[in-house]
Amino acid sequence: MLTLNINGKDVEIKVDTDTPLLWAIREEVGLTGTKFGCGIGQCGACTVLVNGKPLRSCSAPATAMSGTQIETIESLAADGHFNTIQQAWLELDVPQCGYCQSGQIMVATAIVNQALAGQRPSPEKIKQQMNNICRCGTYNRIRPAMERALDLAYDTNKEA
Amino acid sequence: MRKLPAINQQTTSKPDSVVGKPTPHESAVLHMSGRAHYVDDITTPNNCLHAYVGMAQVASGEVKNQDLSAVESAVGVVDVITAADIPGQVDIGPVFAGDPLLVEQHITYFGQPLFAVAATSRDAARKACLLGQANIEPSPASLTLAQAQSSNKQVRPSHSLVKGNSRQGLANAPHQLTIKQQVGGQEHFYLEGQVSLATPQDNGGVLIHSSSQHPSEVQKLVAEVLALPMHKVVVDMRRMGGGFGGKETQAAQWACLAALLAVRNQKAVKLRLSRSDDMALTGKRHPFVNQAQVGFDADGQIQALNADLHGLCGCSPDLSDAIVDRAMFHTDNAYYLPNATIAGHRWFQNTASNTAYRGFGGPQGMMLAEQMLDDVARAVGKDPLLVRQQNLYDNHERNITPYHQTVTGVDLPRIIDELVVSSDYWARRQAITSYNNSARAQGGRYARGLALTPVKFGISFTAMFLNQAGALVHIYTDGTVQVSHGGTEMGQGLYTKIGQIVAAELGLPLAAIEVTSTRTDKVPNTSPTAASSGTDLNGQAARNAALTIKQRLIDLLVQEHDVEAAEIEFNAGLVTWADQSMTFAELVQHAYMQRISLSSTGYYRTPKIHYNREQAKGNPFFYYSCGASVSEVEVDTYTGVYTVSRVDILHDVGESINPAIDIGQIEGGFIQGMGWLTTEELVWGDDGRLQTNGGASYKIPAVGDTPKQFNVALLQDSKNQEATIYHSKAVGEPPFMHGISVWSALRDAIWQAGGETVNPQLDTPATPERVLWALQAGSCTP
Repeated sequence: MLTLNINGKDVEIKVDTDTPLLWAIREEVGLTGTKFGCGIGQCGACTVLVNGKPLRSCSAPATAMSGTQIETIESLAADGHFNTIQQAWLELDVPQCGYCQSGQIMVATAIVNQALAGQRPSPEKIKQQMNNICRCGTYNRIRPAMERALDLAYDTNKEA
Repeated sequence: MRKLPAINQQTTSKPDSVVGKPTPHESAVLHMSGRAHYVDDITTPNNCLHAYVGMAQVASGEVKNQDLSAVESAVGVVDVITAADIPGQVDIGPVFAGDPLLVEQHITYFGQPLFAVAATSRDAARKACLLGQANIEPSPASLTLAQAQSSNKQVRPSHSLVKGNSRQGLANAPHQLTIKQQVGGQEHFYLEGQVSLATPQDNGGVLIHSSSQHPSEVQKLVAEVLALPMHKVVVDMRRMGGGFGGKETQAAQWACLAALLAVRNQKAVKLRLSRSDDMALTGKRHPFVNQAQVGFDADGQIQALNADLHGLCGCSPDLSDAIVDRAMFHTDNAYYLPNATIAGHRWFQNTASNTAYRGFGGPQGMMLAEQMLDDVARAVGKDPLLVRQQNLYDNHERNITPYHQTVTGVDLPRIIDELVVSSDYWARRQAITSYNNSARAQGGRYARGLALTPVKFGISFTAMFLNQAGALVHIYTDGTVQVSHGGTEMGQGLYTKIGQIVAAELGLPLAAIEVTSTRTDKVPNTSPTAASSGTDLNGQAARNAALTIKQRLIDLLVQEHDVEAAEIEFNAGLVTWADQSMTFAELVQHAYMQRISLSSTGYYRTPKIHYNREQAKGNPFFYYSCGASVSEVEVDTYTGVYTVSRVDILHDVGESINPAIDIGQIEGGFIQGMGWLTTEELVWGDDGRLQTNGGASYKIPAVGDTPKQFNVALLQDSKNQEATIYHSKAVGEPPFMHGISVWSALRDAIWQAGGETVNPQLDTPATPERVLWALQAGSCTP
């Protein structure tokens, strides 16, 4: 038995030692918002946050994640309200097929959280970090949506 | 029902129609919260099995026998099947034979499925598949155009378009040049791979959730494979994680295998390919080799073209006949050719059968046109833009295509004029020329290039019968509406537009309309969602269904009240006439009590189109979708590495049903087209095995490859002159070809870097390596 902390809850699952975290999340825990894309950590559709940092869950064994805090896309609007990234994504009408978007939004969430803790990243820095693949080619909206998400996050932070 | 529901349907104060508004994608909220279900996210029935295939390890050969005993006894294996276990038809070729579900004897590509396994887990199925022992007598694989030509092996016969006399035209032209270009293929890389879930039904049939652009064809092929009548097979498709043509025919094999194993074992079966197998086992965009002689005058006016398009089709016909035809139909792109002979050839290779991909051959044909215009411009010493402008179709006299369709409604002179202004083309041309001149003089490292290329893309399936669609609209007694239609959603926003259309016709808010999953038991005998036709066809069918019910409601009001039909308005959730009004839901309940049917089908077929392939004459296209793009690049002449610094696109979508979605299609189409021509390289080994079988070896554009400045606009005050749905224009494929302006700008940069002496030969994908070779050929590297 392996205990994982996913979205703030401890769950006990049974997996092989080499089962990737992605399949533990999708098939054992039953959270299907995290997607399988390429299986080799290239495309980023499977991105989750582990201790606040983006991780490509298809290429990391679940058994190595014990004792960490794992966040999936399902954690973001758990209270029924979109976070600032999701709001920005909706305003800019980013998704087309939508398949890569939960991974994109998880990376964006990590970038925004980092920014709130430190300095606002430059567009060049965002370009390096925001390297998930979208085959529909929604990049011309992801770029401004990311800036918009940072604006919204700073505003919300100020109010709070 | 005995008691009608309470009416709490909201009316809206917004009187405007929802059509023409940038409403968000209907699934946007689900996409962004991880709640949108794709096939692999559907809760599976109890004891669901998982299937996988055993793959041939040669590209060509004969299977003598197979020993599958180790597969059968492997852990978790429940069933193993070969071609001999298929109760019905083995061949699942969509148009012509040549695509066996499992190999019977002849292996025609590396990885071709020899047998299939159902096991208790996907891992168990995949591991078991590696244990198959096949005794195969290999034969030499044919992988290149030269090999196919030497054995004269085509998957379908060659075909030609002839207009005027190109031989005479070439002989009479003051100048001639020849072109030979290699245009690479392209992997679809839909982020959601091929997947099917088949569930047996108690009537002996099967329900299949398949990530497919063509549910009706999956239904038909599953029925044929299982030797079942079609009414026992239902295919359901809510949304795909990308299609791009790669799920038009290529989804069927996995659906058929899952269905066969499900019915044999009376358990649900899921088959989902790994990415590397998905890339190796499914067809791609056709690589082409284009050759041509062009005749032109000193001013750059084209007088004759004699072209041979060699499509590399892979191991079977699949859709290659129509794909090479569409390449031929687009060899003129936007330019008038007084004399033209365009031959299309369909060569065999021992690779997975190449298939539909956004543009369907059109982009490969258009590449020849755009190289021709650049080459002619350089030969006569003019700016390529001027030569392009002077050769455009003019809608009046210079308006007959090589297939004898009269071009009308093509507004390219206006589009280009407006784009030249908005992109500041001439000032930038001057600046780039002086930058390059001074860089060359001072031994500078970088060279810049600029190009404007147009797109004219013919809209309609060239297989005439596919230009039809159906829809089904239900209105329920609380005033809410369901609409089903024959199209599939792959991210292009079709469901959003269908919802907008039905909402507009019934005067309801969008929230009152539910667009259901596409199911073969709701709307039968559908066409693939392809050829950019989804909204044109299904939008009209949905509108017709809504109008039928609306007419019944109007007739009822006219019968009961002193009112003319023309006075009745449906708007913002209200039905009004004279000084009276009622909510839509009240009217619907009243109609129900009066026993008026609140359900209707709708149907549409495209008018005016006809084509005689024997004579290669007719009007295969209802209309053309057009646009133009300007790209600027900067090339490092030491390494061949380059960046795309700015792109401006102006595209005509007629009267847009949803500008946000249309602009998204243009942005995304461009990125995908740019990827095709720049970074996406397919490499096969000498043994026929695909080497570029994952994201690590096959480079698709990422956010960092997006042009630094990227401006996309819709042509304003435009209206499709044909009676399409609200006079809009199709938008799925045409913007893909704006990627050509990047390739053309690269050639411009290389041409200028070499002091405008050597016309660059730049095959695609124009990787930095190929750019460097072209620079070296022009002696413009140190």
